[in-house]
Amino acid sequence: MNQTLEKSIFEYSQPGRGAFAQHPPVADGAAVLDTLPPALRRRTPPRLPEVSELDAVRHFTRLSQLNFSIDTNFYPLGSCTMKYNPKACNQYAMLPEFLARHPLAPDTQGQGFLSCMFELQEMLKEVTGMKAVSLNPMAGAHGEFAGVAMIRAYHRARGDLARNEIIVPEAAHGTNPATATMCGCVVKEIPVDAQGDVDLEALAKAVGPNTAGIMLTNPSTLGVFERKIEAVAKLVHGAGGLLYYDGANLNAILGKVRPGDMGFDVIHMNLHKTFSTPHGGGGPGAGAVGVSARLEPFLPVPVVGREGEGYRWLSEADRPQSIGRLSAFMGNAGVLLRAYVYMRMLGREGMSRVGEYATLNANYLMARLRTAGFDLAYPTRRASHEFIITMKRQARELNVTAMDVAKRLLDYGFHAPTTYFPLLVPECLLIEPTETESRETLDAFVESMVAILGEAQTDAARLKGAPYTMPVRRLDDVRAAKQLELTWKPVNSAA
Amino acid sequence: MPFIPHTAADVQHMLHTIGADSIDALFDEIPESLRIQGLEGIPPGLSEMEIGRLMSERASLDGRPLSFLGAGAYEHHIPSAVWAITTRGEFYSAYTPYQAEASQGTLQLIHEYQTMITSLTGMEVSNASLYDGGSAVAEAALMAVRAHRRSRSLRLLIPSTVNPSYRRVVQSTAGNQGVRFETVPYLRESGCIDPVALEGYAGEDITALVIQQPNFFGQLEDVDRLTDWAHAQGMLVIAVVNPTSLAVLKPPGEWGAKGADICVGEGQPLGVPLSSGGPYFGFMTTRMEYVRSMPGRIVGRTVDLEGRPGYTLTLQAREQHIRRGKATSNICTNQGLLMTAATIYMTLVGPAGLARVAESCMARTAELVSTLGQIKGVRVAFAGSRFHEAVVLLDRPAAAVLRQLEAQGILGGVDLASDYPELGPALLVCATETKTTADLQRFVDSLRRALEAA
Repeated sequence: MNQTLEKSIFEYSQPGRGAFAQHPPVADGAAVLDTLPPALRRRTPPRLPEVSELDAVRHFTRLSQLNFSIDTNFYPLGSCTMKYNPKACNQYAMLPEFLARHPLAPDTQGQGFLSCMFELQEMLKEVTGMKAVSLNPMAGAHGEFAGVAMIRAYHRARGDLARNEIIVPEAAHGTNPATATMCGCVVKEIPVDAQGDVDLEALAKAVGPNTAGIMLTNPSTLGVFERKIEAVAKLVHGAGGLLYYDGANLNAILGKVRPGDMGFDVIHMNLHKTFSTPHGGGGPGAGAVGVSARLEPFLPVPVVGREGEGYRWLSEADRPQSIGRLSAFMGNAGVLLRAYVYMRMLGREGMSRVGEYATLNANYLMARLRTAGFDLAYPTRRASHEFIITMKRQARELNVTAMDVAKRLLDYGFHAPTTYFPLLVPECLLIEPTETESRETLDAFVESMVAILGEAQTDAARLKGAPYTMPVRRLDDVRAAKQLELTWKPVNSAA
Repeated sequence: MPFIPHTAADVQHMLHTIGADSIDALFDEIPESLRIQGLEGIPPGLSEMEIGRLMSERASLDGRPLSFLGAGAYEHHIPSAVWAITTRGEFYSAYTPYQAEASQGTLQLIHEYQTMITSLTGMEVSNASLYDGGSAVAEAALMAVRAHRRSRSLRLLIPSTVNPSYRRVVQSTAGNQGVRFETVPYLRESGCIDPVALEGYAGEDITALVIQQPNFFGQLEDVDRLTDWAHAQGMLVIAVVNPTSLAVLKPPGEWGAKGADICVGEGQPLGVPLSSGGPYFGFMTTRMEYVRSMPGRIVGRTVDLEGRPGYTLTLQAREQHIRRGKATSNICTNQGLLMTAATIYMTLVGPAGLARVAESCMARTAELVSTLGQIKGVRVAFAGSRFHEAVVLLDRPAAAVLRQLEAQGILGGVDLASDYPELGPALLVCATETKTTADLQRFVDSLRRALEAA
């Protein structure tokens, strides 16, 4: 990684400079501005950089070199499934015809694109065991929103108006309770037992005539399979509620178990995790939703339908009970194309191996770290595709925290695992290696963890000060939040 | 196993280390009754060569018509450097910059984006992006409800000149929280918000007025007067704007005496390909006083242990991973890569280039409208100033005319029949800087023939 800080693009800017090849050819427009009433016109130009094309290319290339990424580093960020993003997925989703297609172009001018979307829906149904799929939501949390909105719509359509409570295990992703609130529901959190399974007694007490549903991730965010899932389904269904599957951890079970077979009524899938579309430094994702038969009428529109040999978007007119539209057009189409290419390349054999090798890698890494002296949060359990180690003992004995280990790992060339999530395991690191990492990479990670543990015992201060080899040392987050500098300002500016 | 590196020897070694007999044994905590034996419904895998051939065949079915479609997604030239850099693995395959020290590239880029988009919109602070224009309007509506100090009505005014698709997204997103939207009609002469109808809401408890500029018809609203009126009524103002237009149009931060309160829009025109509707990104900017009500990631500049400047995610106490059920929004993953493309786009075109693009769009559309208006059976719907779109009225059902144009390789506009039936047969047409005079002529000739034919 480049360790040299890069100055702001605004510091390269000089009045009158520009990337002039990018300007439209003829300045035939200036006269048209005179037709605008002065009150509607802009008086001072926006502060955009004035730089040459080379200045821009060099600046942004240098910025990219200040990042860790899957392409450059092992990135075992738990719950995020940072697996290899095949280059073919990007190349074939960016064919000129796909890029140029306007979202409101008629279906007749998009049969190639629509056929991919239809087949993607069918494949997602098969791998999840659900009856129908909508590709519309644009991220996991967006899919969650669609799912809970469908649960509400389902109850309302039956005249069951009191059901506004969503049950969430305490280990859930923060998006689950936030989604329930956004859908106008009340959140009820329930505990998990010492082995990481849902506390059935607490669940039995929580369900009732107000239960809209439960949101579960399985394997859970604790990195273990929820063994009592059938009992959970029976309890919630028995009380008249529905089961929501958060597909954040679908990679763990791909090809082995299907949410539909576990009794889930509605699910979302993070295509940017399980189906390897890029994470893009924070998106775009894609949060396709799948449902059982009774929820199909409520799916968000549009959905791709097949008529004879052709395909078309089904909209509000075809789906009058739909929860409606969640995006201005039809979701993150280009991301969906990437997922389609990925699924076709893997095929049925490749898809079945995803869960197997993700699980193999996680259990191998877990076994080696345990032997190396790290404490597992759930030592009696199998790892799913990820697992948790806790630094609680080291924090007490050596004053070394999970954050210190995470920061020191950066110096060893590894992105840190997820830290301090799930919240109920103290000083935790959630580690997800994914199936695309080799044994050698996992071994190298273990060696670094062993070295860091050694440093913790002999030179804890070394960890406290980490990282040392990044472009910056640890940052002052308190200052960032107190003295808000949310836009760039010239150094000599008073502001 | 296209992307799995394990050899048979690796697997044996790893299972031995774990103490398991087989990979299958690792799944022994899953009830046997739930396990499946395969995925027969999935076709066999393809090599990269085979998928390449398949995708090229599919793409060729989509054609490359000459398009005059807009309505929220616009064809613009995209500099080659934009996607050459955006798809570098270090941007493409990184994630949300949780480990700031190992993500300074993404973080600094977001900070530069925040600087550019706040300046473009004339506001003070920005987040790191939302899903798209439609969902950004929905988030703005929810934000207005949180940010308004007195209004408890949960009522918002959304004029019918706001993109109908956005209005539907707002309804499906914010409606669940009890937020209600009332539609204000437009004037048939101008295609702009009807001020008399608006005045009917004077004195009522309403949280916010949404103003789209240019509006869905491409017409320019009297934003100063609308903003001042809303503020006088105690409403917040949510501006919905096209970023290209802001190179020449007054930014929302300068609307009326006080400026708009929240500004959102579709970021697609800034270097993002049309791509059947996504991925795009929504932008959102606001005043500093409302920053803690804003959803999404925000990057701040700070210093490290040694006093060197650096960037980090900040104000995270608003977000779901900290606040859970009390967060400002459930948003987590947003549209980082598209924001990256937009930042590089804005840098490459610069202030002068963006103004050129905007002027060029206006000039092309003006040229198109004046020529279309001369065809028998075509009328321009609204008088007044417009940006790069216009409504034209036809003397027969638009759908049939569009089919005739499509047969000649032309997408001649968006049919407004279902959203604005009161207009009669009507098309929303758009011409950007990508259209040549010959392109416009081809459209005009084809439309003339189509109308003469019947």
